[in-house]
Amino acid sequence: MLPVINIGPFALPLPALLIILGLWLAMLTLDKEAGRRDLSANTLNNLLVIGLIVGIAGARLGYVLRHLEVYRDALLDILALNAHALSLGDGLLFGLLAALIYAQHKELPLWPTLDALAPGLGLFFVFVGLSHLASGDAYGAPISLPWSLEIWGTERHPSQVYEIMAALLVFWVIHRTKSAPMFQGFLILAFAALSAASRVFLEAFRGDSEIVLGGLRSMQLGGLFVLLLSFIGMHLLAQNNPGTKLNR
Amino acid sequence: MQRMISLIRDRKSWMAITAVVISLGIAWTAASRILDAEMSSEKIASPQVGFLAPDFHLDTIDAGTVTLSALRGRIVVVNLWASWCPPCRAEMPTFQAVYEDFGEQGLVVLAVNMTYQDSAAEALSFAAKLGLTFPIALDRNGEIAESYRMRALPTTFFIDERGIIRRVLVGGPLNEATIRSIVKDLIEDSS
Repeated sequence: MLPVINIGPFALPLPALLIILGLWLAMLTLDKEAGRRDLSANTLNNLLVIGLIVGIAGARLGYVLRHLEVYRDALLDILALNAHALSLGDGLLFGLLAALIYAQHKELPLWPTLDALAPGLGLFFVFVGLSHLASGDAYGAPISLPWSLEIWGTERHPSQVYEIMAALLVFWVIHRTKSAPMFQGFLILAFAALSAASRVFLEAFRGDSEIVLGGLRSMQLGGLFVLLLSFIGMHLLAQNNPGTKLNR
Repeated sequence: MQRMISLIRDRKSWMAITAVVISLGIAWTAASRILDAEMSSEKIASPQVGFLAPDFHLDTIDAGTVTLSALRGRIVVVNLWASWCPPCRAEMPTFQAVYEDFGEQGLVVLAVNMTYQDSAAEALSFAAKLGLTFPIALDRNGEIAESYRMRALPTTFFIDERGIIRRVLVGGPLNEATIRSIVKDLIEDSS
């Protein structure tokens, strides 16, 4: 665990740096994939950047709206450059909406665009795992095993390491499959199914799960839902969907 | 790959595969339910969101003492600071303002001075100059820096009425709206 790197007078948050590095590498991967699928790399990069910027602005806006009473007396604080006052759910909603509007405006084909995003997303999730390892977040359940890690004062499942390994495996499968002559939409749905399956499996080793009805873990239930949707989606798309044309 | 496509297209085969995978997922989800309340992070003391805030007993600059666990039932903001740290100094008036506004609703601001790398006299002089009225505790031997795994100054922990850490903000200076919004959420959640 290394949440902060101290360089001289600066304290750099390593988890955030890893997320930024992951985003950058995902965008590089996207450039290559766009070229192979006759999509404009610039347009896809703009799609991500617009989604990201609107997402961040939306996350702040959502936070401010939820705390309007506080911000009414401190209007300038709305623009403060700090990552503490963000509402992630709202950010995701705003970011996706902006990306959708931009994609429609640019007449981007839905499934080939999503397929082009899949390998980059796979790589990004590896860095999310590394970021969790650096911050100590997404920690494992207490257990004493030869491979346990001591995190937050207790021996625990190294859930972050499991997460990185699973993400690497998903990325490897997507990377190996991306050149195969499959129907449009296969790659993104395979990515969703594999990621959901790994979440269902690995959540069992987490020590910070949100618990719902009868001790069930909410992320596992969400993972099962995504898994089911992905399987149904693959079947429906496979019926009448043309194959993807790839440039080697 | 053609075999795979045929498999996905074939309704019966794909339904069977889906049913097997989802059934396995449901079985695994049911088997990994959490039934043991002692597994909860809220029972373990650690300086991390969702964990019990590590307890401490420290001297204060006004010759008193303070024990964190004795403040159970109130919202506590623990701010680790030093008088030589510019962002720490910059955010102190903000904590004072928030303390004045929310003190009656049960908020306690507890500024823990890193005295082992500062000095009690400097802390006292700084507090007097700014007219700080909340308790300022002295970490003379670095025990809090160690138990709260302090990596950068300032670091602020927002602790709910059950003693559970709800937010950890590393760095500063924090703006007033951020502190107020978090404190208000905690007060609302506790009532």
